[in-house]
Amino acid sequence: MNKIVDKEFFSDKVVRIEVEAPRIAKARKAGHFVIVKLDEKGERIPLTIASADIVKGTITLVVQTVGVTSRRLAALNIGDSIRDLVGPLGEATHIEKVGTVLACGGGVGVAPLLPIVEALKKAGNRVITVLAARSKDLIILEDQMRAYSDELIIMTDDGSYGQKGLVTDGMSKIMERETVHLSVVIGPAVMMKFASLTTKKYNVPTYASLNTIMVDGTGMCGACRVTVGGKTKFVCIDGPEFDAHQVDFDEMLLRLNAYKEVELKSESDYLNAKI
Amino acid sequence: MSGLNEYLKTEREQSWRVELRKQIKSKDRTSLNRVHMNEVAASKRIQSYIEVNSGLTLTQAQEEAKRCLDCIDPTCISGCPVEINIPKFIKRIEQGNFLEAAKVLKQTSALPAVCGRVCPQEKQCEAKCFYQVKLNKESVAIGHLERFAADFEREAGVMSVPEVAASNGIKVAVIGSGPAGLTFSGDMAKLGYDVTVFEALHEIGGVLKYGIPEFRLPNAIVDVEIDILRKMGVSFETNFIVGRTASMEDLKAEGFKAFFTGSGAGLPRFMDIPGENYIGILSSNEYLTRVNLMDAANVNTDTPILKGQNVVVVGGGNTAMDSVRTAKRLGAKRAMIVYRRSMEEMPARLEEIKHAQEEGIEFLTLTNPIAYFADDKGRVNRMTVQKMELGEPDASGRRSPVPMEGSEYDLVVDSVVVSVGVSPNPLIPSSLPQLKTTRWGTIVVDEDSLQTSIPEMFAGGDIVRGGATVILAMGDGRRAAAAMHQYLTHEN
Ligand SMILES: Cc1cc2nc3c(=O)[nH]c(=O)nc-3n(C[C@H](O)[C@H](O)[C@H](O)COP(=O)(O)OP(=O)(O)OC[C@H]3O[C@@H](n4cnc5c(N)ncnc54)[C@H](O)[C@@H]3O)c2cc1C
Ligand SMILES: Cc1cc2nc3c(=O)[nH]c(=O)nc-3n(C[C@H](O)[C@H](O)[C@H](O)COP(=O)(O)OP(=O)(O)OC[C@H]3O[C@@H](n4cnc5c(N)ncnc54)[C@H](O)[C@@H]3O)c2cc1C
Ligand code: SF4
Ligand code: SF4
Ligand code: FES
Repeated sequence: MNKIVDKEFFSDKVVRIEVEAPRIAKARKAGHFVIVKLDEKGERIPLTIASADIVKGTITLVVQTVGVTSRRLAALNIGDSIRDLVGPLGEATHIEKVGTVLACGGGVGVAPLLPIVEALKKAGNRVITVLAARSKDLIILEDQMRAYSDELIIMTDDGSYGQKGLVTDGMSKIMERETVHLSVVIGPAVMMKFASLTTKKYNVPTYASLNTIMVDGTGMCGACRVTVGGKTKFVCIDGPEFDAHQVDFDEMLLRLNAYKEVELKSESDYLNAKI
Repeated sequence: MSGLNEYLKTEREQSWRVELRKQIKSKDRTSLNRVHMNEVAASKRIQSYIEVNSGLTLTQAQEEAKRCLDCIDPTCISGCPVEINIPKFIKRIEQGNFLEAAKVLKQTSALPAVCGRVCPQEKQCEAKCFYQVKLNKESVAIGHLERFAADFEREAGVMSVPEVAASNGIKVAVIGSGPAGLTFSGDMAKLGYDVTVFEALHEIGGVLKYGIPEFRLPNAIVDVEIDILRKMGVSFETNFIVGRTASMEDLKAEGFKAFFTGSGAGLPRFMDIPGENYIGILSSNEYLTRVNLMDAANVNTDTPILKGQNVVVVGGGNTAMDSVRTAKRLGAKRAMIVYRRSMEEMPARLEEIKHAQEEGIEFLTLTNPIAYFADDKGRVNRMTVQKMELGEPDASGRRSPVPMEGSEYDLVVDSVVVSVGVSPNPLIPSSLPQLKTTRWGTIVVDEDSLQTSIPEMFAGGDIVRGGATVILAMGDGRRAAAAMHQYLTHEN
C-alpha cells in the first residue's frame, strides 16, 4: 500500500501525484519508472518517476488521463492508497558531459524528461529544452524545466503560447543555429518518430524513451517488445531509452493499438458508469 | 543411499505394515485395475476454469492403495526427485489413516497438493513402479494418491502448522516466491530463522500463480500453503525486486545474513521469424499472466485480453498445453498446437495432452512456423508453416526435425501464442556482476550445497536449472535450506 500525500492538477488532463515509496525514492535514478496497480481488479501500468524526495520518502508521478486506469488514478485523493507499486524499473539514463544537449518533451513526456534535464544540467552540459503541446493549457512543468535549462523554447500547435509550430520546427531552428552533441526526446510515439527523423537529418545522436504497453515490467512477458536495429528488445529491461535512429517507430505505433478496441469500450463503460 | 535403504527397511518392518501386507495376497493385488480419476466432462469444463480432475473418492483411493505391493525394493522412490517414502504413505491410505499419509508426504515435499497435481509422474515415480517396470502393467497411481492425501488433510480443516524451533534471531532473505523459494522458507522457518520472502510481482507463488492455470492448479490450493508459511512466521514482501527496490548490499545492511535466490526462468523466448511482432502474437507468459494473474477474462477487471477465434500455440510443453487450453476456454473456434516434432517427443505431461485432445485441441505436429502476415492495422491474420520430418537423434537423444522443402502452407489465425521456452530471469544476475553465471544465464552453484560464487548466497529452481519442474525446484529449496543452515552454524 502506497499512500498519496500530495496531488495537483497541471491541466484538466494532467495530474501530479506524490506518493509514499521510501525504498524507491532512495533507489531511483533519472530514467527509471514504476508499475502501478490501483486495486484488486486493476491493471498494471508503467509510469515514469518524475522526481523523488528521499527525506520524505516519496516519489512523484505525472499522469495524463488517456484511459480507464489513468483516469481512476487521477481521481484518487490525498490520503488514498495505491495497492501495488513496484520499481524502480528500466535502465537509468546514461548521464555524462557531452557539451550541448537538445532535450525535447511532448505532452506528458515532459514529466519523464524533467529528471533527465536536471541530471544532464548537473553533469555540466549546456541544455536547450523544447517543450511542445497542442495548446497553452497543456504545457506543464515550465518553471521546473526552466530552472535546469540554459534556454527554454515552447512550441504550441495553435500558437496560443510560445511559438506556433510543431516540436520539430523548434528543434530544427536550434540545430541550424548551433552544434548539438546529443538529443533526448520523450513524448507520444508519433512525436518521437518525427523528432528522431529530424535529428537524423542533422546527424545528432538521439535517445528516445519508449512508452510501449507493459504488463509485468520485469522482462517476464514480452508485451513491451520493440524492434531496435533489426533486433527484438524488451523496453522494460533493455530500455526504456534506446538509440532513436534505430527504433522501428512504425511497428511500435501499430503495437500501441493492440488493445485499442477493448480499451475504448472499457473507457466508455467507465465514463458512462460515472454519470 | 545405504542409510536410506536401511531406514526404508526398518520402516517397512513396522508391525502395521507387516499386517497390511498379509491381509491381501500379492497376486490379488496385482489383479486389480488402476483407478481412473473422475473428470469434469470436456464439453462442460471448457465453459469455465473449473479444475478438470475432481480427485479420488475415499473408496477409490483405498482401492488404488491396495494395488501397491509395498515392495522390498521400492524402485518408485528412486524416480521421485525428493525421494518421498511412497509405499509408506500409500499404505497409510490403504489403512484408512489419511492424515498420517499426509504427514509422510510433508516430511519430504512441502507442497504435496501441488505436486500430486502437476508432477510429470509418468516420467518420474510412476515410471519406476514395479508394475510398469516388471509386470508391464499400469503403475500405481502415485500422483493421484498423493493429491488425495493432501486434499483430504486440507478439506478436513486439520492442516497442521509444522513446529517451529525457537527463534535464533538470524535474518535470511528469499528472492522469489515460486516453489523453490516457498520450500526453502518453510524449512528455514522450522529451523528457527527469521525469513522474509521478496517477490517482484503483486502475488505470491511464482509460476504456480501466474503460469499454471486454475483448471489444473486452483490458486486457492497454493494460498492455503502460503497461509501456513505465514503462520510459521515467514514474512512476505510483494512488489519488491531485489537488485532494484533494494540491493543485496542494502539488505545486508538491514541485517540479512544470507540469501536464497529462486527467481525462476521468466524470460520468454521468441523465434526471430518475420512478422513475429505483429499484434496478436504474444508469449505464453504474457497470455497466461493476463488470464491467471490479472484475471483478464473477467469483465470486472481492467486488464484486456484478445479473444482469438483461430488460435495457434507454438510449442509442445506444459506451457503450450496450458495456453492452448486457455484459448479454448476463451472461446476459440479452432485452438491448435503447432509443434515441430511428433506426438511422442512432446515434453508436456501425458495427462495434459490427453485432456487437450478431449477438449478438441487440434495437434499439427511435425510442423514449424516460418512467417507471419498481418492486415493494414498490423494484426496477424495468417501464418506460413512448414512440414518437418524426423532425422537422426541429436545430443539429447531425440530425433531432430528436418524441414521438408516445398511443404509450406498457410493457416488462418487471429492469435498466436509463442511457447518455445524461457531463459533465466536476468534481474538478479545483472544486479550482481560478481555472481558467476553460465553462458545461458543460469546461476552457477555447487552441486551439493547449491551455494553460489557469493558465499552467503544460495540458489535453486529454474534460475539454476533453466526451465525445469516444480518438484525439482522444491527439492533445491530443501537442499539449500539444509546447506545454508550448515553454513550459518559454522560461520557463527
Ligand atoms: C516506461 C513508460 C513510462 C511511462 N510514463 C508515463 C508517465 O510518466 N505519465 C503518463 O501519463 N504515462 C506514462 N506512460 C504511458 C502510460 O503507461 C499509459 O498512458 C497508460 O498505461 C494508459 O493506461 P490507461 O488504462 O489509462 O489507458 P488505456 O485504456 O490502456 O489506453 C487508452 C488509450 O491510450 C493508448 N495507450 C495505451 N498505452 C499507451 C502508451 N503506453 N502510450 C501511448 N498510448 C497508449 C491506447 O491505445 C488507448 O487508445 C509510460 C509508459 C511507459 C512504457
Ligand atoms: C505455464 C507453465 C506450466 C508449467 N507446468 C508444469 C507442470 O505441470 N509440472 C511441473 O513440474 N512444472 C511445470 N512448469 C514448470 C515449473 O512451474 C517451474 O519449473 C517452477 O515453477 C520453477 O520454480 P522456481 O521456484 O524456480 O521459480 P518460479 O516459479 O518461476 O518463481 C520465481 C519467482 O521469482 C520472482 N522474481 C524473479 N526475480 C526476482 C527479484 N529480483 N526479486 C524478487 N522476486 C523475483 C518472480 O516474479 C517469480 O514469482 C510449468 C511452467 C509454466 C510456465
Ligand atoms: S513428488 Fe512427484 S515424483 Fe515425487 S512421488 Fe510425488 S508425484 Fe511422484
Ligand atoms: S514400486 Fe510401485 S508397487 Fe512397489 S512400492 Fe512403489 S508404488 Fe508400490
Ligand atoms: S512488460 Fe513484460 S516483458 Fe516488458
